[in-house]
Parts: sequence; C-alpha cells; structure tokens
Amino acid sequence: MEAKRIQVPLTDEVVTQLKAGDSVLISGVVFTARDTAHKRLAQLLEQGEELPVDLKGQIIYYVGPSPARPGRIIGSAGPTTSGRMDLYTPLLLRHGVKGLIGKGLRSDAVRKALQENRALYMAATGGAGALLAKRIKAAEVVAYHELGPEAIHRFVVEDFPVTVINDSYGNDLYSSGRQRFAGE
Amino acid sequence: MRNINVKLLTEVVADMCKEANYFLGQDVIAALEKGLHGEVSPAGKEVFKQLLENARIAAEEEIPICQDTGFAVIFVELGQDVHLTGGDFNEAIQEGVRRGYTEGYLRKSIVKDPLERVNTNDNTPAVIHIDIVPGDEIKLTFVPKGGGSENMSAVKMLTPSQGAGGLVDFVVNTVNLAGANPCPPLVVGVGFGGTFEKVALLAKKALLRPLGQTNADPYYAGLEKEMLERINRTGIGPQGFGGRITALAVHIEVFPCHIATMPAAVNINCHACRHVERVI
Ligand code: SF4
Repeated sequence: MEAKRIQVPLTDEVVTQLKAGDSVLISGVVFTARDTAHKRLAQLLEQGEELPVDLKGQIIYYVGPSPARPGRIIGSAGPTTSGRMDLYTPLLLRHGVKGLIGKGLRSDAVRKALQENRALYMAATGGAGALLAKRIKAAEVVAYHELGPEAIHRFVVEDFPVTVINDSYGNDLYSSGRQRFAGE
Repeated sequence: MRNINVKLLTEVVADMCKEANYFLGQDVIAALEKGLHGEVSPAGKEVFKQLLENARIAAEEEIPICQDTGFAVIFVELGQDVHLTGGDFNEAIQEGVRRGYTEGYLRKSIVKDPLERVNTNDNTPAVIHIDIVPGDEIKLTFVPKGGGSENMSAVKMLTPSQGAGGLVDFVVNTVNLAGANPCPPLVVGVGFGGTFEKVALLAKKALLRPLGQTNADPYYAGLEKEMLERINRTGIGPQGFGGRITALAVHIEVFPCHIATMPAAVNINCHACRHVERVI
C-alpha cells in the first residue's frame, strides 16, 4: 500500500480524504504533549484562557522522548499509550486540534469527537523510537520546561510514518483489522 | 570464600542499563525476522520491517530501542560463598542504575510517590530480587520494563476446578483486552502456581527465557504452544493493525501451590523484550 503524504497544518479537505488503515507520511510541525501537559491545557481552555501554543489545525503527538545526546536533535521518540489522554482530548478537538498521534485504544467519546470535529487519530509504531527519531528534523521545548520529558516540544518532522486508526467517518482500524484477521 | 567489592557491581550494572536499552537481543531479532516472513497482513509486515530497522538504528547510534527505557528490574543470584566488601550492596546497585541512566541518555521514568508523581530524576529505585545460590559467583540479570505493557498485565486467583482451560482462557482474555496498547507483537510471560506474590514474580521471570526456548516439561511446552496459537487467532496483529502475529512467544513458569489455590499471572511484554545477563 502506497503511503499518502500530508502537510501540517491540516485542513478539513486533507482530513476527509484519509481513511482508517491508510499509511501516511507527515511533514511539518507537530506538538508533543503527555498527561500533565494535557491537564494544564484543558484547565486553560476551561477557564477561557489562551494556550501557550496555538493548536488550531495542528497535530498533537503523545511522546516523552529519551534525552538527546550532545549534538543530536532528540533521543528515542516513539508514541506512548493514548488512552491516558482520553479525558482531555474532546475538548482539544473542539478547540481546533486536527490530528493526534499515539498508540492504543481511544474511548467512545474521543472517536465521536473526531467525527464531529473532522480530525484524525493516527498510530506510530510503538517501540520504534530510534527509527521515528530519524524523521524528527528539529525539536525545541515551547512550554512547561519544568516537566522534562513531559514538556510541550515543537517538532519539525519529515515523512513521519503513521497509520490512520480513527478517521472522520467513524471507522476504527483496531476493530476492523482484528475482524479481518481473526479466526482460523 | 571469594571477596567481591560492591563497586564492581555499580560498574557492571551501569553498563547493563545501557547495553539492554541499545541492543535488542539476537533471539528477539530472529523472532522479528520470522514474523516479517510469516505475517500476512501488509500493515503488519510494515510494522515488522520498521521494528527490524529500528533495532539496527538503535544499535548503530547507541540510542534507546524505545524511549520508555523502563523500570530497572534486577535479578541477582548471589553465591553463598561470596563475601561482599566495600559498602552497601543495595546502594551499589542503585548507584549503577543512577549512573547507567544518566551517562547513557536513558529516560528517567520513575516517580517518587504514586500519587504525588514527582520524578526521582535518576530512574532509581530499581526493583531488586535476590536469590541465594551455591557457589562463589554473582549472576545479574537486568530487565528494563516498559510501563505500557506492564499496565496490561494481570494476576488472578483461579480455582483448581478451572483446570488448564481456565488458565488458557485467562491468558488469552488478558491479551485480548490489552489490544493495541502494549505494542504488539508481544512476549507473554505466564506464572502458574505458588502464592499471590510468587506467581507475579514467576510471570516476570518467564520473560527472561530466550525466545524460542520452550518450558522443559513437554506438557507445559504444549500449553505454551496452545496459548500462542489462540492469541494469534485474535486477529489483533502487530500494533493492533490486524494480522496473524499478535505474540512472538508465550513462556510459562510453574511452581507448586496450595491444595485450595491455583494462582495465575500474566506479565505482558512488548517486542522490546530487553534483558542482559552478566556473571561476576
Ligand atoms: S510497551 Fe514496550 S515498546 Fe511500547 S512504549 Fe512501552 S516499552 Fe516501548
């Protein structure tokens, strides 16, 4: 299957062209956030305050990289389990986030919010942190420095490989893939 | 009696932390290569390709195979004729972990309190399991255990009447519920028998066995095969994208148990099944 190349920021047009099961190569900016950063972002949105970074049309990558060696851009940087972010994700999607990268199952509420807000949940290969790090061409911390690996980083990525799990039509590769290959 | 200075342990442990996280074992690489050929799902094949390429890059550049460089779990077989000198044995091992994770640019993933969640910043404390054995050597096994797969593990006090079928169902259900979360393809460690705490330790020890080696008892080797086949019929596949290879191996470790009990534990490990051994 030929991978489709997409560029961030994401538009509705790009999002609606992609379907669960598609292999995608992402280029452009992605922002990282894990548990604590999500909690803080959600609090700001609930209080009607401005976020430390503009996330409209952007992709959030759930990752806590290992430290970079001197002279390197980043350490190992594969996805962490997405489910822990489920509580905060619908709010971020309503705020305009267009893509999420992680690994593992999402809640019904997240899948519904992806449909309602035309956004994508994509998985990068969990445990391929060394390979994925090669596709990260620049990295800087842009918010919450004090959180170390959990700080919000701004990555510039090139041909970052992911697979669409939940598309904007309500399809779910985790259940369709399993159905297709179960049995025998 | 042989004197061993604990400072040597610090050095060896620091080294093992790095080695385990940069270099995937040949047994796992062989299993991934077999998976690449055996998997029928195109998305699944792509995952195997990426994992093999990932292992190559990690080793070449000495960067961690996975950014989750784990909880440092250390098994010690301490020869009873060894006399430890030069300081505190436990602290020497902790210092090794501290150094290894810092010098090796490994991620520090341990928080001091489960509720307050403040990082200890040096990946200590390590979890240390000690067995006293005959002889005058120390054998160390270092296992960095990732959080994502640990989260999907389970212990269950089965009842004796549930028999082998009950065990197999429990193992398969645990993997089924975990789905894509623990980064399949998996290595599944099963503990069977013992007590509530013993069975969990057996499951972790089962992960230390080289891939491809079965339980020495043909009956349990057969059960391992049956569990693997059933897990691979779930269709979960590599990374949960759908496919025929959800697990690379199932290892079971068995221990006698009480007349009233039949404890079982499943310790799920991802494909990043990292462990190194050293004998001093
Ligand atoms: S489950 Fe394993 S491969 Fe996946 S993120 Fe955790 S340590 Fe890495």
